[in-house]
Amino acid sequence: MKISMTVNGKAVSGEVEGRTLLSGFLREQLSLTGTHVGCDTAQCGACVVHVNGQAVKSCNMLAVEADGADVGTIEGQANADGSLNVIQQAFQDHHGLQCGFCTPGMVMSAAALLKDNPRPSEAEIRKYLEGNLCRCTGYHNIVKAIMAASGQDVGSIAAE
Amino acid sequence: MYNFEFEKPSTIADAVAALATEDAQALGGGQTLIPTLKQRLAAPSKLVSMGGIAEMQGVCVDDDGSVSVGGATPHVAVARDAAGSYPALAALAGQIGDPAVRNRGTIGGSVANNDPAACYPAGVLGSGATVVTNARQIAADDFFQGMFTTALDEGEIITSIRFPVPQAASYQKFLQPASRFALVGVYLARFTDGVRVAVTGASEDGVFRWSEAEQALNKEFRPDALMDLRINPANMIADLHGSKEYRAHLVSVMTKRAVEACM
Amino acid sequence: MPKDSGIGASSKRREDVRFLTGAGNYTDDINVRGQAYVYFLRSDIAHGRINSVDTSTAEGMPGVVRVFTGKDFEGVGGMPCGWEVTDKHGAPMQEPPHPILAQGKVRHVGDPIVAVVADSLEQARDAAEAIDLDIEELPAVIDMKSAAQEGATLVHDDLKNNICYDWQLGEADDAKVNDVFANAAHVTTLDLVNNRLVANPMEPRVAVAEYSRGTDEYTLYTTSQNPHVIRLLMCAFVLGLPEHKVRVVAPDVGGGFGTKIFHYAEEAFCTFAAKACNRPVKWTASRSEAFMSDAQGRDHVSTIELALDADNNFIGLRTNTYANLGAYLSTFSSSVPTWLHGTLMAGNYKTPVIQVNVKAMFTNTVPVDAYRGAGRPEATFQLERVIDKAARELGVDPIALRRQNFVTQFPYDTPVALTYDTGDYNGTMDKLEAAADLAGFAARRAQSEAKGKLRGLGVNCYIEACGIAPSNIVGMLGARAGLYDAATVRVNATGSISVMVGAHSHGQGHETAFPQVVADMIGIDESMVEIVHGDTSKIPFGMGTYGSRSLAVCGSAMVKATEKVIDKAKKIAAHLLEASEADIELKDGQFSVAGTDKSVAWGDVTLTAYVPHNYPLEVEPGLEETAFYDPANFTFPAGAYACEVEVDPDTGQVTIEKFTAADDFGNIVNPMIVDGQVHGGIGQGIGQALLENCAYDENGQLLSASFMDYAMPRADDVPFYGVDHSSQTPCTHNPLGVKGCGEAGAIGSPPAVVNAVLDALNSGGRAVDHIDMPMSPSRVWTAMHG
Repeated sequence: MKISMTVNGKAVSGEVEGRTLLSGFLREQLSLTGTHVGCDTAQCGACVVHVNGQAVKSCNMLAVEADGADVGTIEGQANADGSLNVIQQAFQDHHGLQCGFCTPGMVMSAAALLKDNPRPSEAEIRKYLEGNLCRCTGYHNIVKAIMAASGQDVGSIAAE
Repeated sequence: MYNFEFEKPSTIADAVAALATEDAQALGGGQTLIPTLKQRLAAPSKLVSMGGIAEMQGVCVDDDGSVSVGGATPHVAVARDAAGSYPALAALAGQIGDPAVRNRGTIGGSVANNDPAACYPAGVLGSGATVVTNARQIAADDFFQGMFTTALDEGEIITSIRFPVPQAASYQKFLQPASRFALVGVYLARFTDGVRVAVTGASEDGVFRWSEAEQALNKEFRPDALMDLRINPANMIADLHGSKEYRAHLVSVMTKRAVEACM
Repeated sequence: MPKDSGIGASSKRREDVRFLTGAGNYTDDINVRGQAYVYFLRSDIAHGRINSVDTSTAEGMPGVVRVFTGKDFEGVGGMPCGWEVTDKHGAPMQEPPHPILAQGKVRHVGDPIVAVVADSLEQARDAAEAIDLDIEELPAVIDMKSAAQEGATLVHDDLKNNICYDWQLGEADDAKVNDVFANAAHVTTLDLVNNRLVANPMEPRVAVAEYSRGTDEYTLYTTSQNPHVIRLLMCAFVLGLPEHKVRVVAPDVGGGFGTKIFHYAEEAFCTFAAKACNRPVKWTASRSEAFMSDAQGRDHVSTIELALDADNNFIGLRTNTYANLGAYLSTFSSSVPTWLHGTLMAGNYKTPVIQVNVKAMFTNTVPVDAYRGAGRPEATFQLERVIDKAARELGVDPIALRRQNFVTQFPYDTPVALTYDTGDYNGTMDKLEAAADLAGFAARRAQSEAKGKLRGLGVNCYIEACGIAPSNIVGMLGARAGLYDAATVRVNATGSISVMVGAHSHGQGHETAFPQVVADMIGIDESMVEIVHGDTSKIPFGMGTYGSRSLAVCGSAMVKATEKVIDKAKKIAAHLLEASEADIELKDGQFSVAGTDKSVAWGDVTLTAYVPHNYPLEVEPGLEETAFYDPANFTFPAGAYACEVEVDPDTGQVTIEKFTAADDFGNIVNPMIVDGQVHGGIGQGIGQALLENCAYDENGQLLSASFMDYAMPRADDVPFYGVDHSSQTPCTHNPLGVKGCGEAGAIGSPPAVVNAVLDALNSGGRAVDHIDMPMSPSRVWTAMHG
């Protein structure tokens, strides 16, 4: 089956099987390997991308279901000049990542959250990240980074 | 995954036709089906996506005041669009899975699958909703027939679910910490003609109505009415996450909390 | 004032830019032209005898390149164990073979039986379904105590029993130990389980191997914490390949936590098959596969007894532990319940008589090996739980009881083979009491009670032995490897520096922190220093990253190599400045002659080293030095942790309301990264205490075989953590005075959580002595109503 979609603003197309997952299409056919696959039960969220503006687990969606869609991945998040966007910069500033494997999914989920809720509370952020696992950070600096990215003062949060 | 054909019809009639192929299967959001396919636990010849059928999308209020949800409506839309017309159902939809799962998963897919720990079956049974298919209308009490089993025939599609709106309702979910399905979930709906209590996550027979609690609450709608009621642990699920006795206990606690939320 | 660069600065991580933009290069991102894919057909039963394996149909299926079985590996070595433990009678441990693909028997669910190499993964899977296996199921050996009994079913038919070793440390005279306990004023005994865990780094394991007939060279890309160790083990013990023909690359690695230390059958297989098939071969584990093939962690069942005198001084400690090794010996598994566990049983306390007994068991479960902390969490948990129980039994303050028994004089020789070089346990506890606002606990408890919740406070200490370790000592203890590390500092002509290190960074931020050290020593900008790691063709032979050792051991090698570079550069500077070498000082990237205003810049000296026109004849050109560093002792990070929980009495649900860590890591290079390491460790410790449970049923089926049943901590399971590391007693024997911080959080936090829950329950009038981890709502509720 031939499918076409817009990925990070560029029109792309490719030949896929019915069973080809969106994550596989992005990684193998488009070489967009920033989208990671960390589980096979739709729990970990390392594969989160945006499909028509919504956060979706790309390892749990058929590529054909994204035919005609507008898809955004981690590779398309930086500013036009290549500098980190506000969320990415906050993750770096607040050490919101360690091994980096869950990070693309975290950033994509954070972007989806902030689009709907520009100033989420700590509790809202923690709840929203229910579908994104991180094994390195204990979540402290991820939550802090998202609060900072939404313009909140994180100076009073304990430690770094 | 085994390979399969894929079709994305735009009308219910075309979907029904597409599903006539042997071993064809309907695809809602795929949030349960795709992981199952990855494990090669199912081998459909064809997946028929419900995602392109406009008439199966959305939440609307019918003339009689009931709320109809299209079978292909994702959880996120129910959480948002039923918030005014049926807040307890919207709240339930907003607790399923996680945000990315709610953006894809659909009410029809969840109800047709009838996972014993899923949230929607409790909402549908607790509301006394009507499951509308391409062929007929099925009362919730007749629809759920035990774990992963429903009244649906081969190739039958849930086109919408019609919920009568109660005076008050509440869904109380106690999380299974790994899957974030319900370890126990209780959906309580108080109608003018009586109370319905549906329990998910707890029983080896899947979602069920706790009739003793309903009777007690019909007599007296307050948390204390449940004080002497105990559900028999014998049919409860026992697993890593909770014993039979614990689940039986949680049914009581969650039901009591649902009553409190409706007061 | 916080520093803005160099040692002590919270420099932002340079590696973040690639990770945040999707430009990381993880092993699964690597595809080699012409690669085939391997699918491992794994056992779905825990124990069985292989009668026959018929692959004939599979071999003819579309896309199949070749099908391998155990027979293909009969002439090949098995997976080696890197540590020989000697039992208490002086005999070596029982060491059964561990074939790449099962031979004769399958011994755990997930044991690989057949490997199918095909053009695509789905074709390999299709072919695997056509393989006819005739396996006779045998009774599974799961429970460790039953496995130890006479006449138990044998996991390995050629061994005399299922006991790998029966090991002892500390006081060998039973009569003396009995005497201490007989004369004690009080004895507290506790039975407990240290629950089995799955490490679950977010990146599953991957291996891609290629082979060139033209050059007879192999390259293996693999998800490893220590590429040189993998190359050595695979070449010397498994495949019999010359090391100089094999390159092992561990590129960006998505977390390790110990489980990516070990040499695994899949990576040896891919290397072997790349030559056998004359095609690159790739394997990517699914998460489900990871649950049954990654080495798992912990799984100890222990009885611990603490003897106290009439003044509440600890006078004796005895432990009896069954440690589960699983079906085979993983690379370092034998060392974990012994030298990484028994040696820590003194904790922070001056208990004079200690006896540690460990029976290590083979069972029909996935192999168990080091997981973050590795042995030290198990030791800490036993000790800090029994102390807490003793305090409750005696009606004394648990912090006071600990303080009274702290080691206060250093160096301190423990009765279990270690010498603590330095520490300040009272000082660290003072920091904790302030940082955790323990004085305010009563008011917080009252607020929780007003909401109908029970609130508890749990406090504990920990000590760990890190920076492993002196090679001569670990050699005496049975290690089959040295534990030094190495670094090469290559100064380029224009003054920038590449540092090739044996340590591997998979989240620890070496690429940022290591340059801080080198730049600080020379006085140049951090951006002029780059770290190269993870590729055996580029780096010196180092032992990799585990046991919180990277900075303490490899960082020390880097310091020594940098010192050599500076010494040589001073000779060149002295020549250029026409001064005596002894008068040359290096500061802020300038070499100057003491007491004069004569100076020459770093960049001019480095350029001279490579363009040696005006040059001291007795000095070799170039500026590149390598150093190997073998530590003189372990390092001993220590700390005190406090946890506050609320328990919902209706459901048994525990929520962590407050968690505070006070650690003494000695000197600190990058405080931001150190905090992050502690946060992550605490997250995993809370996971172990409340959520994570790798459980098998009596037939050896894994009950928690995916994230649907194995509960990983999520963002809403944990709070913000308070972290204080201002208590600093620098390590006395390495040049940076650093101790290591990677494992502390995972070691120190589980007992704090358990102690807090028990405090909450007891405050509510329920006499509950112990609840095993994970303290699920079901278990807590059952304990409350038991």
